[in-house]
Amino acid sequence: MACKMLSIRKLNSSGALCCALLAALLVAGCSGGERRVDSGTAAGVLHWGNASEPASLDPQIANGVPEQKILSALWEGLVGKHPVTLEPIPAGASHWQISDDRRTYRFHLRSDARWSNGEPVTAEDYRWAWWRALQPELGNSFATMLFPIVNAQAYWRGEIDDFSQVGVRVVDPLTLEVELSHPTGYFLQLLDMPTLYPLHRASIERHGAATARASRWSYPGNLVSNGPFQLAEWQINRRIVVAKNPHYWDAAAVALNQIIFYPTENTTTEERMFRAGQLHYSYDVPVNKMAYYASQRPAELVVAPYLGSYFYRFNTRRPELADPRVRRALARAIDRRQLTEQVLRAGQLPAYAMTPPNTAGYYPPASAEAQLSFDPAAARALLAEAGYPDGAGLGPIEILYNTQDEHRKVAVAIQQMWKQHLNVDATLQNQEWKVYLDTERRGDYQITRASWIGDYVDARNFLEIWLCDSDNNRTGWCDPQFDQLLLEQLPAATSQAERHRLLQSAEQRLLDGLPLLPIYTYTSKHLVHPDLNGYTANLLNQPLFKQLSLVRQPPALTP
Amino acid sequence: MARRVTYNLPLLLLAAIALACLLAPWLSPYPPAAQQLLLGAQPPSVAHWLGTDIFGRDLLTRLLYGGRLSLLVGLTATAVALLIGVSWGAVAGYVGGRLDAVMMRIVDTLYALPFVIFVVLMMVVFGRSLLLLFIAIGAVEWLTMARIVRAQVRAIVHSDYIEAARCLGLSRWQIVTRHILPNCAGPIIVYTTLTIPSVMLLEAFLSFLGLGVQPPDASWGLLINQGVETMEEYPWLLLYPALALTATLLCLNLVGDRLRDRLEGSAVGGDR
Amino acid sequence: MSWALLQLIARRLATAAVLLVVVAAGTFALIHAAPGGPFSADRAVSAEVETALAAQYRLDQPPLLQFASYLGNALRGEFGPSFKYPGREVSELIAAGLPATLELALYALLLALVVGISVGALAASRPGTLRDRLPMGAALVGICLPAFVLGPLLVLVFGVYNEWLPVSGWGELAGDKLLPTVTLAAGYAAYIARLTRAGLREQLRQPYIVTARAKGLGGAAVILKHALRGALLPVVAYLGPACAGLIAGSFVVETIFQIPGIGRFYIQAAFNRDYTLILGLTLFFATLITLFNLLADLLALWLDPRQREAL
Repeated sequence: MACKMLSIRKLNSSGALCCALLAALLVAGCSGGERRVDSGTAAGVLHWGNASEPASLDPQIANGVPEQKILSALWEGLVGKHPVTLEPIPAGASHWQISDDRRTYRFHLRSDARWSNGEPVTAEDYRWAWWRALQPELGNSFATMLFPIVNAQAYWRGEIDDFSQVGVRVVDPLTLEVELSHPTGYFLQLLDMPTLYPLHRASIERHGAATARASRWSYPGNLVSNGPFQLAEWQINRRIVVAKNPHYWDAAAVALNQIIFYPTENTTTEERMFRAGQLHYSYDVPVNKMAYYASQRPAELVVAPYLGSYFYRFNTRRPELADPRVRRALARAIDRRQLTEQVLRAGQLPAYAMTPPNTAGYYPPASAEAQLSFDPAAARALLAEAGYPDGAGLGPIEILYNTQDEHRKVAVAIQQMWKQHLNVDATLQNQEWKVYLDTERRGDYQITRASWIGDYVDARNFLEIWLCDSDNNRTGWCDPQFDQLLLEQLPAATSQAERHRLLQSAEQRLLDGLPLLPIYTYTSKHLVHPDLNGYTANLLNQPLFKQLSLVRQPPALTP
Repeated sequence: MARRVTYNLPLLLLAAIALACLLAPWLSPYPPAAQQLLLGAQPPSVAHWLGTDIFGRDLLTRLLYGGRLSLLVGLTATAVALLIGVSWGAVAGYVGGRLDAVMMRIVDTLYALPFVIFVVLMMVVFGRSLLLLFIAIGAVEWLTMARIVRAQVRAIVHSDYIEAARCLGLSRWQIVTRHILPNCAGPIIVYTTLTIPSVMLLEAFLSFLGLGVQPPDASWGLLINQGVETMEEYPWLLLYPALALTATLLCLNLVGDRLRDRLEGSAVGGDR
Repeated sequence: MSWALLQLIARRLATAAVLLVVVAAGTFALIHAAPGGPFSADRAVSAEVETALAAQYRLDQPPLLQFASYLGNALRGEFGPSFKYPGREVSELIAAGLPATLELALYALLLALVVGISVGALAASRPGTLRDRLPMGAALVGICLPAFVLGPLLVLVFGVYNEWLPVSGWGELAGDKLLPTVTLAAGYAAYIARLTRAGLREQLRQPYIVTARAKGLGGAAVILKHALRGALLPVVAYLGPACAGLIAGSFVVETIFQIPGIGRFYIQAAFNRDYTLILGLTLFFATLITLFNLLADLLALWLDPRQREAL
């Protein structure tokens, strides 16, 4: 190389520049010795792969999972979730009382809870935040999370103007009382969602109207939060840095000095960053790398069940799919075990119902698996019964999915299974995300790919999307009895057992009607550096950042 | 003599690749989309000469079918570019004067358009229709062709034999089609052979962004892009598609180069 | 600077202004014709929210009016707020991503020019020898190797298997600019090398060079002093298209190396239906390419006396 450079130099005056440039770049390149994770561990700085650039850090506007991760480091709700069991744990409130009719909650705030600017966190901060969350012009897509509260929905719809009629009451600066319209077992879980975090009114109003979307209050230097960390730096598309909040009531227990979130939307690149020691934690693991980590570096691979269902929607308004027998035949011709084990290969569970198993103790009806399990003969019989012997006259059926590799894999595999077991032709149509959403909403499809990730751990969250007038139903399927179970009988349930029984009846009706084709239950998968202590995967894939710490581990011997 | 052989080698290879792709349905024992999920990705073997992809599909088959698509995109888009570019350039060059000035100004202006960006936008917005892909790429590539043809036509129009043809009473159409265009054939052919590879690369680029052809169809660009993701686990999935694309592009470039050298050589007198 | 030159520049700038309006109109029509809006999401947004948002971003007005007010604002240098990133101005987002993109493109262009011209000149000085064949062969392969193959290969070899260089980032870790620059530059270096070699071969056949040689000037001197200037014309002419290509190339390289540039924004903005961001970026790219073309043409004028006289 050097020799060639010299001869160029003789020939061309720019050769000198060339040499200098290349040499400079090379020298600069070769000098970097220490891995970023190592210096990070030493300094208590956690390098965290976080999938994408957050749209916003306003807890009532941001609605993506990556945003939620950052927000949970910055804020704290009244009640938190235990990082393993997801049971309610004290957070902004040190304790609370629930009335006998389970409709009134009284929260006692910590007297030592402070905003990141040192001011005390008061009950009014919660009340005002919830008022803001219920203003439609803010465009908060999670406002529905407040609807269990008395009159919250009516206020949001504009049916009442007076917020004092909504069931949130400030008893004294450290006591907040909430009245629900009916007993809601999962209400404590909702308090950990960004939409219900307290907000610092003065700092928001300093930067414009309280309900302005385009406000800059949530930018570095402006943002005031009450969590274990505070926003230190936000470089667009590069990094977001949060630093330990010295005013946090439990600051002594927070081990990390900083967390740096990287927008790693390309998982292939992210995995290479992890392998090259640039990240402590990866948001995802490319499917093709699973085998390598599972066999060579199992300690760094964390795969856990995730509260999400992957399914297909049947458009029941289409004549060829209007017959439930056809839908059932299609559902029974899919070998889910082969799909999850051979194609997806990331520990996903075959699903035979809408709700993931063990959703806060709830299990889908026991007969679900037997009803939908892989049985080509039964599927063919059903199809013949419906008037399509050997698939004749049915199809081609189009599967619509949004452009993404994993969805394509599933669709291709299912396409082949239907052809093989039912002699039904399927065509594949992929559309870019927004186009796909538009098509699905207009009902201009036969079968679409879909998924639902639980907001909180409760089966109702999975079943309510199938209500007749739910915007998320989109299949044209409507069962008044299902609606009645969910809307009228369920709220009146007096015990957990009765509640689960009602949910099971509702889910059974859903599986009888079958507007959906359950496929699998999600898993979350991450690469976690050995130095990272205190991390445990949970069903909501939600880490508790204040519990994490970095401790140098002796390098493992490579096998 | 030796030069003729080297001249023909890329051309022969090109013909072989094109023929193999064209005859794919008869050459390959596997349907292109047939999966064997249980087989998964396997390295090259006797049954699957180039191995299989993660769905257990035969890579050689996919490569041949992918080649059809890639070549089709390359040829069709180039044909679109050729059609627009040659007519535009010929008219501007032959008529000359104000019309020429206006037409070439339009070309200059369009040069400054961020076409690739428009193509990206169109692919996002209107889905990945192949037809659109052809037209969009063709619409990007015709500008240079128009410039080349126009320059060539300007040079020929003023030559003596065109004057002679004009005196003999040939119509404009006859002069353009019989005398001028055939004399421009050289540069046109050369540029065409160089356009095809750049079109194929553009298609590969769109595939990388997820905006190329639709699965289960595959172009070489898409196969390469999928191969890149698994290059550590299944290197053959990257190697063979990359080889196919690179070899084809290389041959096209070589053929174009040789053609150009020969044309320029004969024009200048040549010192080769 | 001559009067004719000034006139040329003025004329070109006027055309560019008209062109930009056309580009804006085309882009506007295209994205508004696209299915799906900026606020559609998997979790259905209620009708109340949708109306409130549409009113806030003036999406409820007739399209022509929207476009007119957009143009008016754009003339004052206001490209509006981003839809996807509430609170961010489009100009702010472009300003945030621009340094990385420009730096990357500039380094790549410089590297490509230096390496391309040197190698091309080297090859042309001894045609037919190994010194010609080897680099030219490499250049041909370089042209045919897409950046999205070269990039990951370089990353694996230099970043993962040997941890010599960072695998991602821009200006964060020592040396992280090297791999992206090389990845983006490779194809252009190869092309420029071929252009230079072809141009030089052409020039070396010209009578004036033959005369110079006959007077006893050595090979290197002839190439440097006389031939290269003329030979670089095709390279200069290539700079305009190269600039457009570098921007498109930055989409790929920025994705592979996680570089916080505007190329990465563009694809995302189109997918997100971030109307204002798409418009702003398209206009920005168009302006950049137009200016670069003008610059390349002026450079060609300076290099080529014949073109100057034609003015």
